[in-house]
Amino acid sequence: MQQLIYFFQKFKYFLFFLLLAFISLALTFNNLEFHKSKFVNSANYFTGGLYLKANNISEYVGLKSENKLLAEENTRLKNIIENNKSIIYTIDSTVVDSIKYHQKYTFTAAKIINNNYAKKFNFLTINKGENQGIEREMAVVNSMGIIGITDNTTESYARVQSILNRNSKINARLRNTNYFGTLGWDGLNYNTVQLSDIPRQAPLKIGDTIETGGKSTIFPEGILIGTISKINKGNTAENMVYVKLFNDMSNLGYVYVVKNLDKDEIKLLENPNE
Amino acid sequence: MNKPLNILFLFLSLLFLQIFVFNNISFLGFINPYIYIIFVFLYPLKENRIPFLLYAFLLGLIIDFFSDSGGIHAFSILCIAYLRLFFVRLFFRKVVTDYPFFKLKSESFGKTFNYVVTLTLIHHLIYFSLANFSFNNISNVFLNTIYSSIFTLLLYFLGTYIFTNSK
Repeated sequence: MQQLIYFFQKFKYFLFFLLLAFISLALTFNNLEFHKSKFVNSANYFTGGLYLKANNISEYVGLKSENKLLAEENTRLKNIIENNKSIIYTIDSTVVDSIKYHQKYTFTAAKIINNNYAKKFNFLTINKGENQGIEREMAVVNSMGIIGITDNTTESYARVQSILNRNSKINARLRNTNYFGTLGWDGLNYNTVQLSDIPRQAPLKIGDTIETGGKSTIFPEGILIGTISKINKGNTAENMVYVKLFNDMSNLGYVYVVKNLDKDEIKLLENPNE
Repeated sequence: MNKPLNILFLFLSLLFLQIFVFNNISFLGFINPYIYIIFVFLYPLKENRIPFLLYAFLLGLIIDFFSDSGGIHAFSILCIAYLRLFFVRLFFRKVVTDYPFFKLKSESFGKTFNYVVTLTLIHHLIYFSLANFSFNNISNVFLNTIYSSIFTLLLYFLGTYIFTNSK
C-alpha cells in the first residue's frame, strides 16, 4: 500500500498529464466521426451566441456583395417563373394549386456565423436550430451551389459539416446526364473538390458542369456544384475528376437549409428494419 | 505575473485574441498563428504543476469548442505544458529553488529564443499532425508547421519587444 501511495506521489504529474491527454484524444477521435461529437462543437449556447455577436459586427463589410448575390438570384428565379407562366397560359389553363400539389422540399434561410475552410475537417455554424425546424442531415445550399450537411443541432444553432471536410461524401452527377459519382475533398485546395467513381464512358469535358444527383435523401436534384477543371485519365482504379466550386467557400453569408419532407418515408422503405 | 488576477487576464485575453482575431487571419489561404501558447511561456514556474496543466488544458479545450476541432488544441498545448519543465532545465539550467525567481524576460535572448522556438515547433507539429490525421500529405504537415511557427514566433517576439519597451 505504501509502495502504491509512493508511486502515485512520484508520478502524480505524469498521471495527471495522461488523464488530460486521454480526455483530449478521445474528444479528437470522436470529432472525426460524423454525428458523434455531441460535446465539443461550436453550436452550443455559449459559443454560438458569441459567434453571433462577432458576426453581427463583421457582416457590414460584406453587405454589398451579399446584395449583389441576392439580386442575381432574384433575377434567375423571376426568369424561371416567367418561363412557367408562359407554359401554363399557352398549354394548360388550369392553375396549379400549390397546396394540393405535392411539395417535396422546404427551404429555411439562415446566416453563417462561423466559417472554416483552411483545415482538413471544416465545419460551419449557422444561426438557426431545432426551434426553427433544423434537424440533422439536412442539406445546406446557397444561390451559387452546395455548402454542406447539418450534423449537430442545438435549440437555436446548428453545426454544418462543410463540403470541405474529408468525411464529406455527396452524390453528384454530370449535368444533363445520369452518370453519377461520389463527391469528396482531399483536404488540399478549398476551391477544388474531387468527384470519384464516375463511369469511364461518361462524356466528361473540361468546363462541364457538375450538379447534385438527387440519389440521396439529403440534397435535392440539380443543385449546382462546380465545373470540371481537370480529368485524371489513365490506368488508375479510381477515375478522379477535379471540380472547381462555383462557391467561394471563404466568403459565405446567407444560406438555405433544405428539408426533405419525404426523407422518413424513403428511409423507412430502404431500411424497413430500423 | 504572479497574481491570480494577472493570470486570469492573460488566459482570457489570449483566448479571445485567438478565437476572434488570429483564427481568421488565414494568411495566403492557410497560415494561422497560434499565439495562445504564450500562456505556457508566461505562466510562472511553480513546484506544484497540477493547476498549470489544468489551466493549459482548459485554454486549449475552449479554443477547440470555438474552432470545432475536437480536442486537438487541448492535447497539443497540454503536451508542451508538460514538457516545459524539461526544457527549462535543459536551456536555463534551473533547479527547484530557482523556480520562484525565474522570469523569461530576465534571461538572455539566445536561451529564450531556443526555448520558445523548441516549444512552438513541438506544439505546431503535434497540432498539424492531429489536424491532418493521415499519412497522406505528410509533407503538408511539415510545411504548415514551419510556416505557422514562423508567424507565431514573429508575433511573439514583436509583442514582447513592444510591451517591454513601452514601460
